[in-house]
Amino acid sequence: MDLHFGDGKPTDEERAAVDALLGPPESSWEGADRSDADLRWARGGRAARDRRDLLLPGLHALNDRVGWISEGGLGYLCRRLTVPPAEAYGVATFYAMFSLKPRPATVLHVCTDLACAAAGAEALCTGVEEGLGSGAGVERSPCLGLCERAPATLAVRAGDPVRTAVAAPATVDEAVRAAAAPDSAPEEPEAVMAVPQAGRDDLVLLRRVGVVDPASLDDYRAHGGYTALRRAFELGPAEVIREVTDSGLVGRGGAAFPTGRKWQATASQPDHPHYLVCNADESEPGTFKDRVLMEGDPYALVEAMTVAAYATGAHKGYLYLRGEYPRALRRLEHAIGQARARGFLGDDVLGQGYAFDIEIRRGAGAYICGEETALFNSIEGYRGEPRSKPPFPVEKGLFGKPTVENNVETLVNVLPVLTMGAPAYAAIGTERSTGPKLYCVSGSVARPGVYELPFGATLGELLGLAGVREGLRAVLLGGAAGGFVRPDELDIPLTFEGTRQAGTTLGSGVVMAFDDSVPLPRLLLRIAEFFREESCGQCVPCRVGTVRQEEALRRIAERTGAAAADDIALLREVGRAMRDASICGLGQTAWNAVESAIDRLGAYA
Amino acid sequence: MTVTPLGIPRRLLECTIDGEPARVPEGSTVLDACRAAGKDVPTLCQGDTLRPKNACRVCVVEVEGSRTLVPACSRRAEPGMEVRTDSERARHSRKIVLELLASSVDLSTTPKAAEWIKEYEAKPDRFGPDAARVNEEPRIDNELYVRDYGKCILCYKCVDACGDQWQNSFAISVAGRGFDARIAVEHDAPLTDSACVYCGNCVEVCPTGALAPKTEFDMRAAGTWDESRQTRTSTVCAYCGVGCTLTLHVQDNEIVKVTSPHDNPVTHGNLCIKGRFGYQHVQNRG
Repeated sequence: MDLHFGDGKPTDEERAAVDALLGPPESSWEGADRSDADLRWARGGRAARDRRDLLLPGLHALNDRVGWISEGGLGYLCRRLTVPPAEAYGVATFYAMFSLKPRPATVLHVCTDLACAAAGAEALCTGVEEGLGSGAGVERSPCLGLCERAPATLAVRAGDPVRTAVAAPATVDEAVRAAAAPDSAPEEPEAVMAVPQAGRDDLVLLRRVGVVDPASLDDYRAHGGYTALRRAFELGPAEVIREVTDSGLVGRGGAAFPTGRKWQATASQPDHPHYLVCNADESEPGTFKDRVLMEGDPYALVEAMTVAAYATGAHKGYLYLRGEYPRALRRLEHAIGQARARGFLGDDVLGQGYAFDIEIRRGAGAYICGEETALFNSIEGYRGEPRSKPPFPVEKGLFGKPTVENNVETLVNVLPVLTMGAPAYAAIGTERSTGPKLYCVSGSVARPGVYELPFGATLGELLGLAGVREGLRAVLLGGAAGGFVRPDELDIPLTFEGTRQAGTTLGSGVVMAFDDSVPLPRLLLRIAEFFREESCGQCVPCRVGTVRQEEALRRIAERTGAAAADDIALLREVGRAMRDASICGLGQTAWNAVESAIDRLGAYA
Repeated sequence: MTVTPLGIPRRLLECTIDGEPARVPEGSTVLDACRAAGKDVPTLCQGDTLRPKNACRVCVVEVEGSRTLVPACSRRAEPGMEVRTDSERARHSRKIVLELLASSVDLSTTPKAAEWIKEYEAKPDRFGPDAARVNEEPRIDNELYVRDYGKCILCYKCVDACGDQWQNSFAISVAGRGFDARIAVEHDAPLTDSACVYCGNCVEVCPTGALAPKTEFDMRAAGTWDESRQTRTSTVCAYCGVGCTLTLHVQDNEIVKVTSPHDNPVTHGNLCIKGRFGYQHVQNRG
């Protein structure tokens, strides 16, 4: 490939950051000083192009070290990977956490999404902007996944290494202090603080959170860790898939696809290699269950991924972790390192002659990358735009190979399926929705956090546990892509079939309670802004439809009745086309919450 | 001797288009099947020389059993598939897509757009005078072609033609996200600082006139561009030994544009800078 590079030169720091990831350059073709040997042959080429998937880690390396991505830095990375600069620029500008313009080394991300907005995020933003002055950048961020501690901020200071500090719930002072000195900011509360049920002995998925030391593999094993993997090796891959199928386990990421069927479809593909991808790009506003699992019980995910890979014939697993979860990243990096050192990952897992390893890939601020095929593109070093299906991932997924992709919570459910056996697992919950389910409860409740209940509990029971406050006006189920229900509908059973029957959705398990303090039109506008902001822009219904939806909601923010009727009719028409004609779930669900607010809650009536 | 490759014979599969049985070769798209059945479906991002990108969603049709509508341009026809090209549901989405496009970009030079807007009774004005538009000035940074972003529908065809599907120059990409996404070279620099080789193959595939030869752009601005007065003359490029077929678009005895037929087995519609833009010497009558 005859690539054209600009004149921009990397600074020493940028060069060092890229070299730390890719190793030193081998020849002047890759950006080293020119020597006589370089005139004889060109290196790079296909071998370098095959490393395209290192583009996103490379962009992270630059952004982490200097806080933004310069022309010289990007050019050097492109040279090293033989990536056309225009493409790399397209990829870098896709992600909200990267800046292609100079900015302060410290950036304070202030969550302005639903739960945080209700908890005073706007005042917090104004306060920190005044308090920080020009020393640090303040960026308004979509949901940071810290809804149980709203309002939340995340400070990121570029350097070697990059430093982060979470302040949540944040006062202006605390947020300013976290941004001014991320190193000396107080450690955020342990994950168990987000589990109000901690200590109860009937928990299945959350039982180890707060009980085990998340850094200790021995402690994990002492609490029943790695018994599921041993059982898997006793059963063999086909039997593991049968157990998972018999258990009735369905995906917890929102689509509720039967896990066993997905595994079977991947395992039976003749094309090789197979890949396992864990979707930990938890970005649905109001969702934080995967973060609590990964921070509180990281080895469980490592073990579950190993089981899934063994069953589906994969030897390589990717864990795609959202970029806003620094502590989950540290915990998992440590856990994977420990597991590798102790033979739980690597060429010969548990001495069974089975090879498997996990690589973590960080997202960089793009909700759309939680869409399974957008996530593949993101890992591969392309813009995180969804692919059209068919072909489905089980046939052509990551790198065009058969891939099984599961959400964190889905994978962690595999452990009890194996340890207690499929019949016992299937006995939990209802007939069609089996097993335990995690719910992320936030908003107007006394005890926000992650709750574990068997499928079939009602919305009212869950809200009762969380201590719902007086004056409940609406409950948002399933996050921004979900729908609102009324306070008199609390008897809805929390199952996939029950919510569907009630005309709403369980989604990823978000339960957000709202009282009268936040006007409903403001919430809807925030949801519309979210979708407009997060649309990848690939297809017209979503790219322009989300803009038109936001415009209409802005027009009628203060209107009701006949004054809003025309715009509501317009919203319905645009919403219907987005649902019918968008490529992926983002556009297809972008109108759900607004529609439910109009139809169920009588917004703008 | 010219040999026309016939390819491997393909079996026919049977499906239903608007209630009528249709037989198409295996591997055909739903769009192929629709066109073979005489049911035309509007398309914008679909290109006869490019792999379908299915980004514009104007070709959506209803397929029995599918939760959402299906892009005809990329979905393969399957045995037994029941396709409805003209259902209320499909027409509604097409209408909205046309309204969304026409309210955000200038479709005045998009062939057939006005016709479709009329056919589907689309009313782009109903989003109000404050509806966001891609308001950008045309970028004129070289003598050969102009990039008028106000007409760009982000169909990806130029990116695909510049990239691995044809030219392998990789000079442009989509940058940014959502409504702010734009086709750009690295760091949004002028074309002259980019990897562009000015083959103009992006201009050739652009469905809206957002990319246009400078001659056409200037004549349109001056109001002198008139396709009804243009003749097309086929000839062979005289520059090198490849022998690309050229189509000279001539108006008032002046070459105003050069293209190549898309079904030409040598060019597939592609040319290089010389064939597409290097015709001035022909007119050097001095």
